[in-house]
Amino acid sequence: MTVTQHDLAVPNTRSPSRGGRNFEKTSWIFMRASGLVLVLLVLGHLLIMNVLDGGVQRINFAFVAGRWSSPFWQLWDLTVLWLAMLHGTNGLRVIINDYARSGKTRFWLRGVLYTASAATIILGTLVIFTFDPNLA
Amino acid sequence: MASVGTLYRGDISMWSWVAQRITGVAVLFFLYVHVLDTALVRVSPAAYDDVIASYKTPLVNFMEVGLVGAVLFHALNGLRVIAVDFWGKGTRYQKQMLWTIVAVWVLIMVPATYFMTLHTIQALFGSTP
Repeated sequence: MTVTQHDLAVPNTRSPSRGGRNFEKTSWIFMRASGLVLVLLVLGHLLIMNVLDGGVQRINFAFVAGRWSSPFWQLWDLTVLWLAMLHGTNGLRVIINDYARSGKTRFWLRGVLYTASAATIILGTLVIFTFDPNLA
Repeated sequence: MASVGTLYRGDISMWSWVAQRITGVAVLFFLYVHVLDTALVRVSPAAYDDVIASYKTPLVNFMEVGLVGAVLFHALNGLRVIAVDFWGKGTRYQKQMLWTIVAVWVLIMVPATYFMTLHTIQALFGSTP
């Protein structure tokens, strides 16, 4: 197999660099670094929530209250929320850039994506930090 | 070579790239839904328990197996992509690594599917335990 530029996952965006930093390179590194962490955290989450000890059948408000009484699981879920949302949003940004043909389409699709993701990250963060186990 | 349309005729590895994109987008869309349903813990315990009850129905339960399968493939193939990028012999062994992760995927999905759908299978076909 001949490896060409197209076979490489690295985008060929090195020239001409507009600033000192290359955003696409940072994005490429972020996808791999966050991916490594997410493999552990997300598969762990799925194993606990969906597979072990009855899986989803045992989940209810009391179960969530029990988990989030521990800062360890709060931090776990917060980390997954942020990393998965940023990883997924960046992935879809790349896909939009690949397939949207006009600048206008690109602009609007990315606008919807960033809005939905920002709202979801903010909502999720607030939920984890303001959770009240004694909510009536 | 005269090409028809815009379909790139790559080999099996191209489909791992396609599958990585499809599973990634699917998981992201689920993530939006999942943060919203979890946010109901701030509304009331009953509201949260109601929405989680839908996750326990047979149809959604089988969709969860699909979700876990999608996440697991994305994770394993992502590790393969990292190996291709950073391991010196990564490109040479990329196809062997693809078949390896497919095998690992099957080996994990068989018991995972069993435990995930145990309750549903009993509810649909079995007598009360």
